[in-house]
Amino acid sequence: MLLALLALALIALVLATPIIVREVSRWRDRRAARRPPTDPLEVPLYDPGRERRAEQRARELLRSCVNDEEWAMYRDLGFIRVGGRHARREADRTPPGGSAYAYLVYPHKPIVAYVPGSGQLLSEYCVEFPDLTGSGRHRLPASDDVLAKWMALTSDEDRVIRRANMHLVGRQLDPARVRRDLWRLAEWERRRLRSGNGDAPARPGAQNPRSK
Amino acid sequence: MKPGHGEILLAEGDPRIREEEERLIEEFRRQLDEGMWAAVPTTNTGSGRREAQLVKTYGDIPTGADRVIFFPRASGG
Repeated sequence: MLLALLALALIALVLATPIIVREVSRWRDRRAARRPPTDPLEVPLYDPGRERRAEQRARELLRSCVNDEEWAMYRDLGFIRVGGRHARREADRTPPGGSAYAYLVYPHKPIVAYVPGSGQLLSEYCVEFPDLTGSGRHRLPASDDVLAKWMALTSDEDRVIRRANMHLVGRQLDPARVRRDLWRLAEWERRRLRSGNGDAPARPGAQNPRSK
Repeated sequence: MKPGHGEILLAEGDPRIREEEERLIEEFRRQLDEGMWAAVPTTNTGSGRREAQLVKTYGDIPTGADRVIFFPRASGG
């Protein structure tokens, strides 16, 4: 009986050896990764151009995803307007065929909801895209942050708004500055229309039949 | 999209070739397991406007999509 138990224990040990070795190796790697380097030459050098290159790539990616007008808006004004999808009734849509409300998407700032017809500011939605895999110290390049918000809003507006922290406008953004941005946007659209680039001015959400 | 780095190419291949598709599926699952959201930029057939489509499984990716963009999931800031 004892001999059989010893034999079983030996077999179990032999079978478990590769697993134990692998786990010990992983534990050592993790421990080594956590340990700060003692040699100053091992400290990773700060690359001052990395963020600039990342932002350049992010701008190219954003440009390849949004339409020409949205790209020009971001390039000239520093934000993008995204039309809201919902309206309680068709008459709420201002202008006709447009959205009842729209969002201004800024890089690394809250999303602002407003009424396009009146310019009334509705609320600001604080949302971020945290670093899930790294140390958590980094954030997305500015243009990637705008693209992430744009993708989240245009694909599943409800989900991103549910996840955001909603506040009245003024908590993080200066309402006067947002109103000035809306005025800049209106002027920009007028100029664009006059110059012939705005044949189809982007009424937020225009022709979007979805309503709730 | 990776914080601190920007755009990074994770995997590329022709989904019509089995081995390459398996690699794409594996990377797709890995990204979703890490908590990323996946989206495909598309054009709305009705309005012609550009928009994104969130995809939750590999099978959700529209046929002919040339890329899938992974980005960290949104949270309240």
